[in-house]
Amino acid sequence: MTVEEQANYVGNVGLSKNLFLKDKKHRYYIVSALAHTNVDLKVLSQRLGLGKGGLRMAPEEALGEILQVPLGSVTPFALVNETARNVSLLLDQGFRTQEHCFFHPLSNDISISLNTNGLDKLLKSIEKEPTYVDLEASPLVGKDQPPDLAAFVPSTSMVLPDTQAEVSSSKTSAGNQISPVSTDSKSITVTAKANKPSSNNKSVKVQPANGEKSLICSADVGNFVDEILEKTSTLCLSEITEDSIKQHGGKLGDVIANSIRKHLTSDLKNLATIFKNTAYTEGFNAGTKYQPKRL
Amino acid sequence: MENKDEKNGEQEQVVNPWEVSAKDGGKIDYDKLIDKFGCQKLDQSSSELSHVKRVERLTGRPAHVFLRRGVFFAHRDFDDILNAYERGEKFYLYTGRGPSSEALHLGHLVPFMFTKYLQDAFKVPLVIQLTDDEKCMWKNLSVEESQRLARENAKDIIACGFDISKTFIFSDFDYVGGAFYKNMVKVAKCVTYNKVVGIFGFTGEDHIGKVSFPPVQAVPSFPTSFPHLFSGKDNLRCLIPCAIDQDPYFRMTRDVAPRIGYHKPALIESSFFPALQGESGKMSASDPNSAIYVTDSAKDIKNKINKHAFTGGQESIEKHRKYGANLEVDIPIKYLNFFLEDDAELEHIKKEYGAGHMLTGEVKKRLIEILTELVERHQRARASVTEEMVDAFMAVRPLPNMFD
Repeated sequence: MTVEEQANYVGNVGLSKNLFLKDKKHRYYIVSALAHTNVDLKVLSQRLGLGKGGLRMAPEEALGEILQVPLGSVTPFALVNETARNVSLLLDQGFRTQEHCFFHPLSNDISISLNTNGLDKLLKSIEKEPTYVDLEASPLVGKDQPPDLAAFVPSTSMVLPDTQAEVSSSKTSAGNQISPVSTDSKSITVTAKANKPSSNNKSVKVQPANGEKSLICSADVGNFVDEILEKTSTLCLSEITEDSIKQHGGKLGDVIANSIRKHLTSDLKNLATIFKNTAYTEGFNAGTKYQPKRL
Repeated sequence: MENKDEKNGEQEQVVNPWEVSAKDGGKIDYDKLIDKFGCQKLDQSSSELSHVKRVERLTGRPAHVFLRRGVFFAHRDFDDILNAYERGEKFYLYTGRGPSSEALHLGHLVPFMFTKYLQDAFKVPLVIQLTDDEKCMWKNLSVEESQRLARENAKDIIACGFDISKTFIFSDFDYVGGAFYKNMVKVAKCVTYNKVVGIFGFTGEDHIGKVSFPPVQAVPSFPTSFPHLFSGKDNLRCLIPCAIDQDPYFRMTRDVAPRIGYHKPALIESSFFPALQGESGKMSASDPNSAIYVTDSAKDIKNKINKHAFTGGQESIEKHRKYGANLEVDIPIKYLNFFLEDDAELEHIKKEYGAGHMLTGEVKKRLIEILTELVERHQRARASVTEEMVDAFMAVRPLPNMFD
């Protein structure tokens, strides 16, 4: 249900809104604020260091894919989902002046009451630092004044499978549902949020721009060799054409060998360096955990 | 930090670590700069004794594009490095980055691409300094934020393809101390307050952090700053590839070095990477269209080059066919100068475009191809950099195979 409807049940105290936003580099944000707090996306965008107009409402698909919530149910609780791991959360410091919090527990037909203590405990348990921000502030951002909210920009971007047709979701009210939220006056000072890198994250799959096989970074000999052979045979085959056979005849072998050397040396060296660095890192890591022989 | 020359009414070009601007919004005069700084021009002639030829002979491979095309155009004591190398004396490389922003663009990569080539060609070790303390002070970032940026930038640097068995990356906040700090104090004792004011233009209003920073950037030039790497090799020479605006730090360092018993570090310096909008444009972190970023998609690159690159093409096709393009100001040609490896192809394009036979669109198309490949390759490499890999590159550990 919408905010207005909810107000009928819960009253007007501490109504709030939850916005699900996206920037141009496919990074996502939840902005959770009191309903009457004026959230200016242009200002926020600058304070995050995204320039003017760097923030948009996230498309509908993102709600399902990333937050795993239906339309109209954006809530900080959604961050418990693994898929929302890289979503940044900005909380209105205005919450601290209110007594109770109401949030959707992942669906907007019920609300749960919480105070900021509870909310903070929840966030900490999923390794998110609860930080409250003055969302109405409009500080100057320029050459000598770095964006004050830059620490909130996620370090990882998430490219959804079908973001080719970027639907600007200004029309959907998906991210804009206002739920009644009010907060306790436990204050937590705004600290620069240092995103703790996940230390066990060795395999990183990234959506490559042209749909190539994605690179799994463990020092996998099989994959490494496959990739080399793939590149070499592709190049080889592309050079063997009716014309080139006619042109070079028996010498075609030499010509192709030279071409391979010329076009692939740099590429393969880069691949090999990545492989070497990955293998070294594995060894180094093992070395730091090595237990000396018991004598 | 403003340069006091401007107040004389005559607008001089300004080149220092914190500001680069040309006279009257025109081009940087590099010859004047070399004169003013007192460094030497690299010899790019076809003579057998030219630097380019010597490097090719010593390394047994073609010189890097940046060296052949004069991107790296100035030096201090590069001859000494080459002479020593010929005698079998090795050296190590030192370069760095001030992590002021997360977004790196192609201009940032230039010194790292060249340094990687030097590491591979000469088979020498490399130390990379991330001056998070500097950015914390000059850009007023929090300590945590500057450390975070340093780590993020380290990933892009690693993605340039450095060999982990020969490379040590360190951040000032992590590493300053011990032998490094001892050298900092030795250097600091040799530079008066008046001298730093003269070199860097500090004023009474600048905080003491800034005033005491220069030794931090100076001492990686001395092998004794890295006892875990170079112990017993106190005589090892150092070569510093950097952009020419860093020269003041190393002028100071070279002045001090003999007084504390060390070799002067050698330098090899590059010109500035032009903004998309042209030589007089400024690349700015808040204008994403002033540069190609390493996070740009193929679509972004195509868009930026087609819509925002300043060209020397004429206004109409007829005029263009008649007069040809102005290669002096054409950004696509300048970018191709940096990134198109094939000398013959570049010559051909310059000739045809300059004569008006080739149109701007074609030149841009070729550039887009090359940049897209470059950026995609970088992104792939970047994706394979894990937190553990960063930790390993930044660990204080010996590099037993660093000269292999």
